[in-house]
Amino acid sequence: MSGSHRGDLRGLHVAVDSPVHRLDPAAKLVGTVAFAVVVAGTPRHAAVVTVVEAVLLAVVVAVSRIGARRVLARLVVVMPFVLFALTIPFVAHGPRTEVGGISVSTEGLWAAWNVVAKTTLGATAAIAMSASTPLPSMLEGMARLHVPRVVVAIVSSMVRYVELLAAQLARMRTAMVSRGHDPRWLWQVGPVAASVGMLFVRSYERGERVHGAMVARGFTGTLVVSDRPAVATTDWVVALLPAAVSAIAVVVWVVGR
Amino acid sequence: MLVAMHAPDGFLGPGVAVVTAVISIVVIGLALRHASAELDDRQVPLAGISAAFIFAAQMFNFPVAAGTTGHLLGGALAAILLGPWVGALVVAVVVVVQALLFADGGITALGYNVLNMAIVPAFAGWALFLLWRKVMPRSSGGVVGAAGLACGMTVVLSAMAFSIEWLFGATAPIPFDTVFGAMVGVHALIGIGEGLLSALVVGAVMAARPDLVTGARDLSAEEIGDRRHVGARAFAIGGVLVAVVFAVVVSQFAFDDPDGLERVAQDTGFLDRARDHAVAGSPFADYATRGIGNAQLSLAVAGLAGVAVTLLVAYGLATATRRVSPRRSFHATSSS
Repeated sequence: MSGSHRGDLRGLHVAVDSPVHRLDPAAKLVGTVAFAVVVAGTPRHAAVVTVVEAVLLAVVVAVSRIGARRVLARLVVVMPFVLFALTIPFVAHGPRTEVGGISVSTEGLWAAWNVVAKTTLGATAAIAMSASTPLPSMLEGMARLHVPRVVVAIVSSMVRYVELLAAQLARMRTAMVSRGHDPRWLWQVGPVAASVGMLFVRSYERGERVHGAMVARGFTGTLVVSDRPAVATTDWVVALLPAAVSAIAVVVWVVGR
Repeated sequence: MLVAMHAPDGFLGPGVAVVTAVISIVVIGLALRHASAELDDRQVPLAGISAAFIFAAQMFNFPVAAGTTGHLLGGALAAILLGPWVGALVVAVVVVVQALLFADGGITALGYNVLNMAIVPAFAGWALFLLWRKVMPRSSGGVVGAAGLACGMTVVLSAMAFSIEWLFGATAPIPFDTVFGAMVGVHALIGIGEGLLSALVVGAVMAARPDLVTGARDLSAEEIGDRRHVGARAFAIGGVLVAVVFAVVVSQFAFDDPDGLERVAQDTGFLDRARDHAVAGSPFADYATRGIGNAQLSLAVAGLAGVAVTLLVAYGLATATRRVSPRRSFHATSSS
C-alpha cells in the first residue's frame, strides 16, 4: 500500500561489476522465472529444500555484490504478506498444537511458513534480477525471448516516462500546497483527483506529441532492437543453475519420502 | 488480506496459477490486437505513456484512517478513459513491470494478478459503466456518476474474483467464507474511496478534454455541456443502494462463525468426515472447504459471485468487441 518504493526506477539498478551483472539478460530473465516457478512449486513440508533454495539465492546475492542491506530494504514490499501470514495459525482451522502455551493450528503454522518462505524467496529473486540488470538490457532480453515487439516497445516507452510523470505530479502537488491545499487528507480528494485528471490529459497529449515526433523521424509502428550475438551456452547454464539445483532437490525430497 | 491484490509467489495453488496465466495471456493477446486496431501506430507512445500515468497515479498516497494509506487502483478508470481493450493492456503492463522490477506481486502469481487487477476491472468495470449509464441522464454528470459507481463496485468484484480463485487454490486452512467475507468487506470500504476518486478524475477530464473520455464518446456537445449536478444525487442514491447490497452479503458471512457443537465436531475431526460427502471429489481446494459452517450455502454464494463476475466480464468483452472502430483523431490536431 505505501508507495515510496514505486516509481523510483533510477534506484533499481545497482551499478557494480559482477558475474551476475555480466550474465546475458535474456538468460537471467529465464533463470529468474524458472527459479520462482520451482520455489512456488516446492512442497511446503519440504523445509530442507526451501533451505537449499535460500542458500542458492544467498550465494547469487553475495556474488552479485548488490548488498544484503539493499535487498532487505527492498523486501519491505512483501511485509504486508508476511504480517498476514503471521495471523494464519490463529485463524486457521484444523488440529491444533501448543506453541509457547498458545493454541495454534498445526496446518496453519505450515501455511504461514509456506507464505513467508515463498514470498521472500520469489521477491528476492526478482530484486536480484532487477538490481543486476540495467533497464535497457532487460528490455532487450525480453525482445530476444520473443516477447511481442509491441509489448516491449510499450514497456520501454512506459519506463521512459514514469519518472517524468511522477515529477509532473510532484510539481502539481507543490502548486496545490502553495495555494493553501493540504493534499494529505481524504477530504482533499477533490483537488487531488483534479490533478490526477489533469495528469491524464497532459499524459495523453504528451503521447500524441511524442507520436508526432516519432513519425517525423520515420517511426513505422515498431521499435528497432539492436541485435546482440546469440546467448552463450555458458550463460544459459549459469543462469539456470539455481533453478535446476532446486528442482533436483524437490525431486529428491519427493522420491525419498 | 487488504493488499491481496498484489499477491506474491505461491499465494494460490499451482493449478490456479497456470489456468489464470493461460486466461490472462489469451485476453491480453486479444487486447493487443484490438488496441493496435484502435490506436494504429500511435499505440506504442500512447499505451506506454498511459501506463506510466497509471503507475504515477498509484503513487499519490493519502492517509485513510489509523495509519493506512490509500491510493488509486485505476483498473476500471483506465477502461472508462481509454476503452476496455487499451485499458486492460495498459494496466496489465503496469502489473507485470511492478512484479519484475519492484518485486511487487510474485512472478508466478502474474496470472491471477493480471486477471484480478487488469482484466476483471477493465471488462467488468466497462460493463458496469455501460449499465449505470443506461439509468443515468445523458450528460457529463451522468457519465461522472456512472464512472464512480462502476469503479467502486469493480474493486469489490476483483475481491470476489480473488476469493473464488482461493476456493480452487487455497494454500492455507482458512475457509472460503472467511476469505470471502474479509475480502469483500474490506474492499467495499476501499471501493468507496476508489469510486469517489475515479468519479472526480473523470469529472476533471470531462471538464478539460471530454473527447479523451472513451466512455463518453457518444455524447453530443450540448450533452457534454450539461454539467448540472444530477450526477451527485444519483451517485449518492446509487452508492447507498450498492453499500446496502454488499452489507447484506458480507453480514451473511460475518456472523457465520461455527457454533459450539460444530467447534467440538471440528476439534475431534468428526466434521471433516461428515463434510466429505458434501464436497467429496469436487475440484475445490481441500483447504478452502474445510471448516465451512454450511457448505451448501457457502458454495451457492460462491457460485452466484462467480456467475456475476463472469457474466459482467463477458458482457464487457462482448460490448468492447462490438465497438472496435478506429478512433476519431480530430483531437490529434487540436493538441499542442
